[in-house]
Amino acid sequence: MLQTTRLMAVVLLGFSLPVYAASDTPPDMKTMWKLLQQQQAEIKKLKTENKRLSEKVDMAGDMAEEAIKTQSSAHKVAPSGTSMHKTHGANMQKTSIGGYGELHYNNLDSKNEIDFHRFVLFFGHEFSDSIRFFSELELEHSLAGEGKEGEVELEQAYVEMDLGENHHAKAGLFLLPVGILNETHEPNTFYGVERNPVEKNIIPTTWWEGGVGANGQIAPGWSYDVAITSGLKVGSDYKIRGGRQKVSEAVANDLAYIGRIKWTAIPGIELAATAQYQEDITQGNDPTAGSATLIETHAVIRKGPYGLRALYAQWDLDGSGPAAVGKDEQHGWYIEPSYRINNNFGVFARYNEWDNSDGSGSTTDTKNEQWNLGVNYWPHENVVLKLDVQDQSGAKDDDGFNLGVGYQF
Amino acid sequence: MKAVINIHTSDVGSSLLWLLPFVILALLFYGNVWARGVYQEPDAFVQEAFDGKPPEARLLWLTSGIRPKAKQILGHEPATRRVRYWTSNGRSVWILDEIGKDQPITTGFIVNQGKLEKVKILVFRESRGYEVRYPSFTDQFNQAGLTNNMGLDRNIDGISGATLSVRAVSKLSRLALYYHAIIQKNNDAP
Repeated sequence: MLQTTRLMAVVLLGFSLPVYAASDTPPDMKTMWKLLQQQQAEIKKLKTENKRLSEKVDMAGDMAEEAIKTQSSAHKVAPSGTSMHKTHGANMQKTSIGGYGELHYNNLDSKNEIDFHRFVLFFGHEFSDSIRFFSELELEHSLAGEGKEGEVELEQAYVEMDLGENHHAKAGLFLLPVGILNETHEPNTFYGVERNPVEKNIIPTTWWEGGVGANGQIAPGWSYDVAITSGLKVGSDYKIRGGRQKVSEAVANDLAYIGRIKWTAIPGIELAATAQYQEDITQGNDPTAGSATLIETHAVIRKGPYGLRALYAQWDLDGSGPAAVGKDEQHGWYIEPSYRINNNFGVFARYNEWDNSDGSGSTTDTKNEQWNLGVNYWPHENVVLKLDVQDQSGAKDDDGFNLGVGYQF
Repeated sequence: MKAVINIHTSDVGSSLLWLLPFVILALLFYGNVWARGVYQEPDAFVQEAFDGKPPEARLLWLTSGIRPKAKQILGHEPATRRVRYWTSNGRSVWILDEIGKDQPITTGFIVNQGKLEKVKILVFRESRGYEVRYPSFTDQFNQAGLTNNMGLDRNIDGISGATLSVRAVSKLSRLALYYHAIIQKNNDAP
């Protein structure tokens, strides 16, 4: 602005000087003084005008931004971040949508099939700065309905409220705080086409329940989760995965209690442990069954291109019923080193071991072992192509390879 | 009509157990209007950066010459047409927003002679990934610069379960360095 003003002064001086240059005699002091005063007044006026124009430019900028926001709102797609598109209403309340999906091709001894395994949409809404809603709706295996392979599932639908800067409470249907994949399972965030068999068969991921919970930070790097929820209802086979009621007219005679402590004080390292307890895992259906306790612990390490995931999980089922068929102890673990070659490629190896019948009454060897070796290719940070080779031994022998494509937005 | 969660009325103990957590939650909710995660007001960050005497704010207009690189860094069009900044003696301060998973993370940056002098999370609104606010994470950016292909000249270790927040802050740090380079270039121009 200063440069502009100086330029104006020079130009004005330039216009006035030729008048006197043409004259034979120079103007006297009084005339010069008058001229200078006139120029000063002109400069002042121009300065004012310049300031006014600058303000107008700023206002034009503001109006342009506002117009963009309004247009975005009208089209339901506003400028967004990496994963979630936002919509802004006139009252500045916000509704958000996002999602992920994955297509799998399995060429295994047991099957040769292609399946759009998961198509998921997220919907969220901010009621206020401190109260929000989040949901996740999933279509599994493309087609749902009577006699079809797939299911439509509500995997999350809860209201969360802040209880202070570091503590939050929620009520509704939510994913339980256990394992590595149960809460974060978008396909671009993990290696391998299928989710690992340990978290699937032991934990059992993906696992959600209805109830109330709280989470927060208790010290830098230390966080907690606690919840009181609906519980499992296993059948006479005491199969944990089959006991998920999915909050669908779920029998609620016995509640379940879960707590997790997590340490993430050093970037690139996560250590966590979860315990879950249920008074009666059959919801009163089986007098020979009793309480059930899950203990899970894991480590996730990522330093530069090197990655490591390791997890151990174990169920203990009380009662003579589970013990008679060896289901009183069910456990598994895996370890997964990985190497990120560059931004686009990463390779991994995973060894999994699990046994859903390793209790006192088990008469046969039911331990399963599985190796996976594979590669992930990320053409974009939110899109992934996957390949892995699977080799099983032990109670199961299902070998082959898997291909997959996944996305998140 | 069946209840979604079928409570057996004969089991009074169980019903009371269900009631208790909801009552506790209602009491906690009642009257509470806390907003999450304002760790430092942006104005205070600017004041602190210049020892209480900040220079006048300036505007960097995101012209057609600047927007493509900004878009390359963010992975989407910048949400604004101009960015406010403060600069003095080769240092500049930027307050930038980027969405992690579904909420904007407001971050303050001090850039000194083309290197990050300080990164601080000012407002964090996401429900997960809050660990990015701790110095153990943000200190990794100290003295980081920009490479020729608009990347950071060092590795930043992520946080498990906070991938999207880490990604957002990393992008903003590159953006602050890029904007700083632009204003330095403009100052150096004859």
